[in-house]
Amino acid sequence: MKQDTPYTPYHPRWHRTRVSTYWWLERRSYFLFILRELSSLAVAWFVVYILMLVSAVSGGDETYQRFLGWSRTPFALFLNVGSFVFVVLHAITWFNLAPQAMVVKVAGKRVPGFLIAASNYAGWVVVSLAIFSLLLIWW
Amino acid sequence: MYVKRPIEPMLWLLFSAGGVMAAMFIPMTLFLFGVAFPLGWLSPTPYSQLLALLSNPLTRVTLFLLCSLSLFHWAHRFRYTLYDGLQIKHLNEVINGACYGGAVLGTLIAAFLLWRVP
Amino acid sequence: MSERITLQVARYRPEKESEVHFESFELPCPKEWVVLDGLNHIKDNVDGTLSFRWSCRMGICGSCGMLVNGEPKLTCATFLAEYAPGPVRVEPLRNFPVIRDLVVEIGDFMQKLARVKPWIVRDAEKPLSDGEYRQTPDELENYKQFSMCINCMLCYSACPIYGLDPHFIGPAAIAIAQRYNLDSRDEGAAERMQILSEHDGIWGCTFVGECTKVCPKHVDPAGAIQRYKLQSAMEWVKAFVLPRAAQ
Repeated sequence: MKQDTPYTPYHPRWHRTRVSTYWWLERRSYFLFILRELSSLAVAWFVVYILMLVSAVSGGDETYQRFLGWSRTPFALFLNVGSFVFVVLHAITWFNLAPQAMVVKVAGKRVPGFLIAASNYAGWVVVSLAIFSLLLIWW
Repeated sequence: MYVKRPIEPMLWLLFSAGGVMAAMFIPMTLFLFGVAFPLGWLSPTPYSQLLALLSNPLTRVTLFLLCSLSLFHWAHRFRYTLYDGLQIKHLNEVINGACYGGAVLGTLIAAFLLWRVP
Repeated sequence: MSERITLQVARYRPEKESEVHFESFELPCPKEWVVLDGLNHIKDNVDGTLSFRWSCRMGICGSCGMLVNGEPKLTCATFLAEYAPGPVRVEPLRNFPVIRDLVVEIGDFMQKLARVKPWIVRDAEKPLSDGEYRQTPDELENYKQFSMCINCMLCYSACPIYGLDPHFIGPAAIAIAQRYNLDSRDEGAAERMQILSEHDGIWGCTFVGECTKVCPKHVDPAGAIQRYKLQSAMEWVKAFVLPRAAQ
């Protein structure tokens, strides 16, 4: 069904496509980008969770055990497993993007990108091992 | 050097620092307390050891920085996600207030709770 | 006997319609043909009214950018044989108003490019008798990558932020500003920082990274923007910590 489009030779009607609210579903890379951005919610949840833990520990052994019990409920597990996946996504995307954001020069030569990423990953391993040993090894 | 909107670089720095802290510290910690301990894959840290760890000032400072910076990381990122993803620009002031305000509030709560550890 | 391929080309003729629709064309597909060759074949032999921009045919003028199956590409650098037998969807660049068929309005981009002062800015020019400005290979290396931009606007097409907010100054403009900021002959970094440290400037970017992915010249505009953010943050720290020195 065609209408008479008002058109004069001197003012062509440009066609502008509206960006859909679901623009982020149209391409895989946009979708992954939004997932990456949503990982910040997992980070925020962790802060809430860890502060709950700190508060429980402050209250004594009983409150600590009750907290551990709550962490075993399906709701808590669902939240934490999901958040863990997103937090790992955050870490991986963060370390992979780090080389693009900074230029590091050693003795006048630019350090190649993968070395910057690699050193970030190495730092991640060291910190993770430190946390693991602090929490699980009886000193 | 005069920059317009001088608050933006500061917020971005907080976001970046938070991103690094979150990426380094959260995965293993969340894995242990959120997945491994509840599922019984590893036995949880005994209370006395955890208390000793948490009352240590170094742990408390690190944990405080982790919590605060992670919250600012969330605030900055989530603000842009709402702004761009949902295209609700007209609620700009509300979004900024809720996000950064939330981060400030969380920081205060973290400081209080970590101070309170016996 | 070469294969055939089907091209689904977006058509928009403002004098007769108000929406974009697709027309299918079946054409031969010699293995050395690029999408641009296909479009020229259509224009020469099938429908002379098909409108599109092109010039050098070799990836240096930046005129022939279009969406090929939804991806921003230079049509002179995209081989048809990779998509055979098709159908291949050819559309005008995303995020720009369409004037006609595959031709988009680029005035917004041109204006933004000029806004960032893409030329050497100096407080005082050296007199000619002092000779040329000298630059070491290392100093050239600092900005060379960002000087490769051909203004093809594929990055604007890929950037979802630009799509959502046309005020965003965009990847190519910021990359070219960095090209001059990092040039040892330039003294205009402060002026450009003023222009770019707004919400439409570098702070609008959320590092999606699509711009770098589609850039045919490997300029890495996303990297340029993140480094610019870091630079701006460092300037802020310096101003905060040593306010007198910053002045």
